[in-house]
Amino acid sequence: MTSPTAPGIAAGRLSADALAEAFADLHAPLDPHEVLVAADRCYFCHDAPCVTACPTDIDIPLFIRQISTGTPEAAARTIFDANILGGMCARVCPTEDLCEGACVRELAEGKPVEIGRLQRHATDTLMAQQGHPFTRAPETGKRVAVVGAGPAGLSCAHRLAMLGHDVTLYDARPKPGGLNEYGIAAYKSTDDFAAREAAWLMQIGGITLETGRALGADLSLDTLATDFDAVFLGVGLGGVNALGAEGDDSDSVTDAVSFIADLRQATDLTQLPVGRHVVVIGGGMTAVDAAVQSKLLGAEAVTIAYRRDRDRMGASRYEQDLAASHGVRIMFNVQPHAIHDGEIALEYTADDGTGLKGTGEIIRIPADQVFRAIGQTLTTDGGLMIEDRKIKVTGAGRTTRMGVWAGGDCAQGGDDLTVTAVAQGRDAAMDIHSALVRDA
Amino acid sequence: MADLTTDFLGIKSPNPFWLASAPPTDKEYNVRRAFEAGWGGVVWKTLGAEGPPVVNVNGPRYGVIYGADRRVLGINNIELITDRPLEVNLEEMARVKADYPDRAMIASIMVPCEEQAWKDILPRVQETNADGIELNFGCPHGMAERGMGSAVGQVPEYIEMVVRWCKKYYDRPVIVKLTPNITDIRKPAQAAKNGGADAVSLINTINSITSVNLDAMSPEPMIDGKGTHGGYCGPAVKPIAMNMVAEIARDPATRGLPISGIGGVSTWRDAAEFMALGCGNVQVCTAVMTYGFKIVSEMKSGLSQWMDEKGYTSTADFVGRAVPNVTDWQYLNLNYVAKAKIDQDKCISCGRCYAACEDTSHQAIAMSEDRTFSVIDAECVACNLCVDVCPVADCITMEAMTPGTIDPRTGKEVQKDYANWTTHPNNPGAVAAE
Repeated sequence: MTSPTAPGIAAGRLSADALAEAFADLHAPLDPHEVLVAADRCYFCHDAPCVTACPTDIDIPLFIRQISTGTPEAAARTIFDANILGGMCARVCPTEDLCEGACVRELAEGKPVEIGRLQRHATDTLMAQQGHPFTRAPETGKRVAVVGAGPAGLSCAHRLAMLGHDVTLYDARPKPGGLNEYGIAAYKSTDDFAAREAAWLMQIGGITLETGRALGADLSLDTLATDFDAVFLGVGLGGVNALGAEGDDSDSVTDAVSFIADLRQATDLTQLPVGRHVVVIGGGMTAVDAAVQSKLLGAEAVTIAYRRDRDRMGASRYEQDLAASHGVRIMFNVQPHAIHDGEIALEYTADDGTGLKGTGEIIRIPADQVFRAIGQTLTTDGGLMIEDRKIKVTGAGRTTRMGVWAGGDCAQGGDDLTVTAVAQGRDAAMDIHSALVRDA
Repeated sequence: MADLTTDFLGIKSPNPFWLASAPPTDKEYNVRRAFEAGWGGVVWKTLGAEGPPVVNVNGPRYGVIYGADRRVLGINNIELITDRPLEVNLEEMARVKADYPDRAMIASIMVPCEEQAWKDILPRVQETNADGIELNFGCPHGMAERGMGSAVGQVPEYIEMVVRWCKKYYDRPVIVKLTPNITDIRKPAQAAKNGGADAVSLINTINSITSVNLDAMSPEPMIDGKGTHGGYCGPAVKPIAMNMVAEIARDPATRGLPISGIGGVSTWRDAAEFMALGCGNVQVCTAVMTYGFKIVSEMKSGLSQWMDEKGYTSTADFVGRAVPNVTDWQYLNLNYVAKAKIDQDKCISCGRCYAACEDTSHQAIAMSEDRTFSVIDAECVACNLCVDVCPVADCITMEAMTPGTIDPRTGKEVQKDYANWTTHPNNPGAVAAE
């Protein structure tokens, strides 16, 4: 085993047992009694704020009441009706910013109903049972291409298949799931949940999965538009923004999303290298996921360097505290100035009202490994019209090209969250269905 | 510290908290533990006649109703009277009473409705030096099928007859325990008084089925696939018990008859409420069966603190204080007008008041785009449902309107003077106000 203080980037800083413990479920499932106590705290609000706050509009008071009366399976159906990826959303949603943040008990006591964990209880219960809870409508004979098997694509494909359409689901990667499979911290999706969920979802039937097929490489939008009755693009954001600092191209600098993908796909975490001193540049959820997991892998010191102040940080306060509780240091108002061997120079920033600028003051901290987590960019647009660096859409994901819809991170609108992508995929599917039925 | 000493029928006890005749008082071991824990008195588990004792089922004898977090709200039971030999109970009672002379000890008795049966057992109870007896005319299950328990309590003539026998063969206080499984609780109380009873105690348990096993399709508790009705008790029955207590306390025929209050007493506050309605003391069972004997410490400290705060120096100071305010509906002041008021600082915008009022009441709560909830005075009838369903204490209150102002619902001026239904113009039987 490598010493935790071994210099540079090295694997095996912690033992296999220590790593297994470190990467265990962030929020363990509620036990049966905890479920009832947690469910009982729901006030069954009128026109509940939690539902309003949910991008997929899950009827939260109803599903919690169904749990409290001993029918978690019915609760799960309520959830899946609105959000077929309710299992993953229960694990990865920033509930503190969404349903739980809106819960009236958050206002009253600072302790919201544990909606996320209750949702997990319900969805886990039903998914553990044999079979799939939904059945397909009679086949319509319509064929739809869904490009990208991430949250948006899976959601869209399931809904279309359920409505009787024939779906071909393409993904550039070897496995479906998108960021559920390749992004997101491992401790939020334990026991291969993303893969299990995708497999469970496809039990609906009518979905043909074709992996290793990337838009722009193996697939062209023109061909798809010709071969299928409709096309949905949920291709995500392929590129990672550059730091724009000296040394950005050095070997010690990598993309946080790649690091997370490697970690998620690793079969043996003791073989995954990590720096002794890690610096993550950025302020979103990806930055926190990369930083915390670096620490869990055994990095001695991990710093998140964010160029603005705490209030502007994309990661929620809960995520910030999660990082802090794992010993991650968060520096605010600093931006990368230069990356040298084993060190990063950060420049302090200030905003005098005319935009963020470096103050000229430099701080140098050790950095064997630097992760870029300052946002992703659209790399695959299929030649569609772009607005604000995303595929321009109107209504339920209609692009400027007839017969082509888009949703998820690659399309305009909403936060780049799993739950938002699920909502967009679902809504686009309903719109595609309307169009196909109308044309029939 | 207020003095909690209670004198009930001349029976002194260091506090008004007695244990009801029930499983917790079935034997010496339990009763000694109860007295060590601080209970003021016990009513020993009901004694039967000499001879082979009754037998109990060998399966579950209790069923339960839960609130949140498996909080016990109600228990029902199908246990019978003591299933131990009479002599054993009598010997133990004598020993315990000798060791705890300052505590009250009452013998609960249930024997057949024959004078000889009572004539036989009463002298033997007398020998234990028990402070009095309580006639179990309330047990609604099992024994009632044999013509005892509630089967007696449901026939006022039987009550009066048996009480007369008891007064004839026993010279210490006789308490009659009443069954609530009856239409008008005043009738058995009157019969007890007519027979010469020194007091009544109520309520005994309520006929009940707590739950149905939906797999076995049988009531619970289930004995080999079948169930029977049991006696319901615990916090869930308290409102029923308090009404029955109040009915007896304010009935001219029984006014002043001492009452021992039973039915869901779990805290000092429950006890104070029963006593305010006329009970000289209270008896507890379900709460100790849920939490053990130690709860009496809270009951004593709580009642004492409250009495100090109110300036009561003895329990007699507040016993029956609420009875004059228990009245018939027809005497309620119809000129009293209140309106709900929502404290916006306390409101957490759950909207339960809105759902309740909009769906089931008077559409008197408005909801704005930003989830501000406010009362529409022109619609509010002050029903109190919004207060009841609001999860935040004191967020919604009922505010009395000042006489002379206009009630926007009726357009009429709020009157200062009291006026009730008996004189209301809509009442066909109204009598002119004097």
